[in-house]
Amino acid sequence: MASKQPENSLLGPEADSQRTLYPNVTGTSVVALKYKDGILMAADMGGSYGSTLRYKNVERMKAIGKHSLLGASGEISDFQEILRYLDDLILYDNMWDDGNSLGPKEVHNYLTRLMYNRRNKFNPLWNSLVLGGIKNGEKYLGTVSMIGVNFEDDHVATGFGNHLARPILRQEWHENLSFEDGVRLLEKCMRVLLYRDRSAINKLQIAKITEEGMTISQPYSLKTYWEFSAFENPTQGAVGSW
Amino acid sequence: MTKQQANWSPYDNNGGSCVAIAGADYCVIAADTRMSTGYNILTREYSKICKLADKCVMASSGFQADVKALQKNLAARHLIYQHQHNKQMSCPAMAQLLSNTLYYKRFFPYYSFNVLGGLDNEGKGCVFTYDAVGSYEKVGYSSQGSGSTLITPFLDNQLKSPSPLLLPVQDAVTPLVEAEAIDLVKTVFASASERDIYTGDKVEIVVVNAAGIRREYMELRKD
Repeated sequence: MASKQPENSLLGPEADSQRTLYPNVTGTSVVALKYKDGILMAADMGGSYGSTLRYKNVERMKAIGKHSLLGASGEISDFQEILRYLDDLILYDNMWDDGNSLGPKEVHNYLTRLMYNRRNKFNPLWNSLVLGGIKNGEKYLGTVSMIGVNFEDDHVATGFGNHLARPILRQEWHENLSFEDGVRLLEKCMRVLLYRDRSAINKLQIAKITEEGMTISQPYSLKTYWEFSAFENPTQGAVGSW
Repeated sequence: MTKQQANWSPYDNNGGSCVAIAGADYCVIAADTRMSTGYNILTREYSKICKLADKCVMASSGFQADVKALQKNLAARHLIYQHQHNKQMSCPAMAQLLSNTLYYKRFFPYYSFNVLGGLDNEGKGCVFTYDAVGSYEKVGYSSQGSGSTLITPFLDNQLKSPSPLLLPVQDAVTPLVEAEAIDLVKTVFASASERDIYTGDKVEIVVVNAAGIRREYMELRKD
């Protein structure tokens, strides 16, 4: 006897394919810090399809409105969906035409609610987001995870960045970094990630947001060093049967 | 082909400890400021304490996203109460509201371990302690969170409160003065930080008394 389930029911095995089960195309770490004039954020341009590096020109950082910068790791298509939601939010804000504009704190709050509500429906947006910006001289840098965990700090990172970049930032970040020092610090973090995160690629962008607005660098690569003597003859000293 | 199981959990434990101690005319509520996930520290300066009403403060540890949602929920309900009754909610009233709010999500709980502290309508200190689904009790003192197993026995020993097992039932409010209670809170967090990896960085101490609400901080171990 066939059981009658309506086609759009959330019960039954067909329903699970309507919820995110696992990510498909993913971006790796985003690292960001507060500096003298605003926020600096770095992310590489890779989009991995499992272990394949499928896309090498993915911009994982975008400006939101006049005052904010969003960086994302995790599922790229979900990041694009979030950008659409934010487009609507900023449009709605602009259409009031009242001289007010959403600041980074407000956008971060919106994103937190968005991620948390999707988690409540068991259909998460599979991203870790970094939201930075500056409005009326006040710098803001926050992060939200795919289950809605959020906080703000002087420096944040997603994914592997938490393990490899945060310790460096805890040691070397200080208040009122110059632009050059900030970039140097971010590059130091990104270089460690490049060496040690297998989904990182050597093509990155650094974005800056200040009271004047957002600028994003052209993609460039970091200098790396592979001439360690231990790399030259890697199997020397390793006894094998063939 | 078996049904795919979810490979993500809607919950996480962001750690931390909370304490509240009620006195004759004051209430001390304290929580550390560390937010963690697994073996990582996410941030060292996150407040777990939320002022819900003029004389009512809540400290919560557990899953931060649920804690934040719970705090927002209660704050919104308090605003409505103020519009309807033209007065602040008393601490016992807020205690009941928190219990009901938690039980409302009995089948997809707020992973939030709360202590509510403040002054009752007579100005006496009161503390309410909760589990994740809303069962609660008025007590003289309580601790919740990752360090609670280390903190509670110490408070049992040092607070000089009447035992809850005595008959007739006596009010469990501590006979200590405000300064002694705050000192005890500092000692208790310093001890908990030694052995609980999720407790540390800083302790935020909020004191509610007739004069109002004040806040102080103390540094803790950063490891």
